[in-house]
Amino acid sequence: MNQQALAEERYKELVNAVTPDSKTGENCLRAFLCGGAICVLGQFINNCFTSAGFGKDPAASYTAVILVLLSVVLTAAGLYAKIGKFAGAGSVVPITGFANAVAAPAVEFKKEGLVMGVGARMFIVAGPVIVFGTLASMIMGLIYWFTRMR
Amino acid sequence: MNKHLGAQSVWFENVVSVNAAASVVGPKEGQGPLGKYFDIVCEDNLFGADSWEKAESEFARRGLDLAVKKSGLPMDNMDYIISGDLLNQSTGSTFGVIDTKRPFFGIFGACSTIGEGMALGSVLIDGGFAYNVLAGAGSHFCAAEKQFRFPLELGSQRPPSSTWTVTGHGAVVLSNLGEGPFVTGATTGKIVDMGVKDQNNMGAVMAPAAADTIASHLRDFNRAPDYYDLILTGDLGYVGRDLLYTLMKDEGYDISRNHKDCGIEIFDRESQDTHSGGSGCACAASVFSAYFWRKLKEKSLNKVLFVPTGALLSPTSFMQGENIPAIAHAVALETSR
Repeated sequence: MNQQALAEERYKELVNAVTPDSKTGENCLRAFLCGGAICVLGQFINNCFTSAGFGKDPAASYTAVILVLLSVVLTAAGLYAKIGKFAGAGSVVPITGFANAVAAPAVEFKKEGLVMGVGARMFIVAGPVIVFGTLASMIMGLIYWFTRMR
Repeated sequence: MNKHLGAQSVWFENVVSVNAAASVVGPKEGQGPLGKYFDIVCEDNLFGADSWEKAESEFARRGLDLAVKKSGLPMDNMDYIISGDLLNQSTGSTFGVIDTKRPFFGIFGACSTIGEGMALGSVLIDGGFAYNVLAGAGSHFCAAEKQFRFPLELGSQRPPSSTWTVTGHGAVVLSNLGEGPFVTGATTGKIVDMGVKDQNNMGAVMAPAAADTIASHLRDFNRAPDYYDLILTGDLGYVGRDLLYTLMKDEGYDISRNHKDCGIEIFDRESQDTHSGGSGCACAASVFSAYFWRKLKEKSLNKVLFVPTGALLSPTSFMQGENIPAIAHAVALETSR
């Protein structure tokens, strides 16, 4: 190992020793409680729809629509970032997190215009999720198709 | 006479006096421990503009104007303006100086910009190329988040080693006449890369550059750390400060007794939730202009080594797997010469 690589290796160890760690335990608990709360809210909305006589599939769709709407409104009001700071993964993983990831850049890049600002930049955070989500579902679909063919 | 000293330093033969300093900051900075020292604390981060980037230019415009006003000279007497910021193509500065109609050098040194500007301005004055130079640097939290990290409203968490970009601007007027504090020497930093790739740990990126420049400065001038009342780094934060002390010990210097960091001074990390401290071009520039320049002027500090530190982060090179290089420039300020 040359001098520079050795110095870098040593420095890396020093940095790791000095840099404070994230509070993983506390963050996990918060994520569990907040993520759970969002799911309970979703279940509540879902139950309202089913008890109002909607079928299982439409109730699930309407629930998703309402959660997305709620997230976008909270993002526009500047509140979702505050929730996210506290909840961490708890507010990222549910569908509300995905809506926030689309709405936040839309708000941020509005100044660069409706087409090249909002339109082009809206998916800078959520884009990979859509691309690889679609790709993964295609692969799964193919696997399903082949296994069914036999 | 040769004014180059040692490996990477210069000393100034003629008077270079920091005759005025001005600072303009955002509301969060105004609520911090140094709040009462800033010249202008605006009530809202947009500062009357309709985008973060335009607000950053407004901070630059107001900061530069105010520094010149405080110097008692008209803007037309500024032979050069040297300014920089964090935005692509330095638009924070270019739109900020557009009305001044003065010769302009736009510079980029990330958060070390004010040190780079003061060193270059001093060289211009000492060399007889200028009577007065206006040097400034600014940054904006929201514009920096948008450019370097995530949109502001994205619900994400910041790790404990992250720093908070200061919203504001700091500027100084350097002159060939005046009663000080004087710029007596400068050490230009080298690009230092110690293999750090963590963009949420800028203190770790910059500490080796700070240590390199401070040690070179002390060697070039043949001085001990206690020659200075204060060694003032730019925005290492808590993590970077601890690393700096260790690295300086390796170089054979103990600077822990007379060292402060602008990034640590500007915010209260507990109540203001700023984790490792403040950062950004405006951090060193506004804290020096608001507080430490005043201490030099009052002569409660007499010898200060001002070492703004910069992490030269580019989102493009970062995504291509490159390390984050860093730089630090040292400017020696003394009340007598």
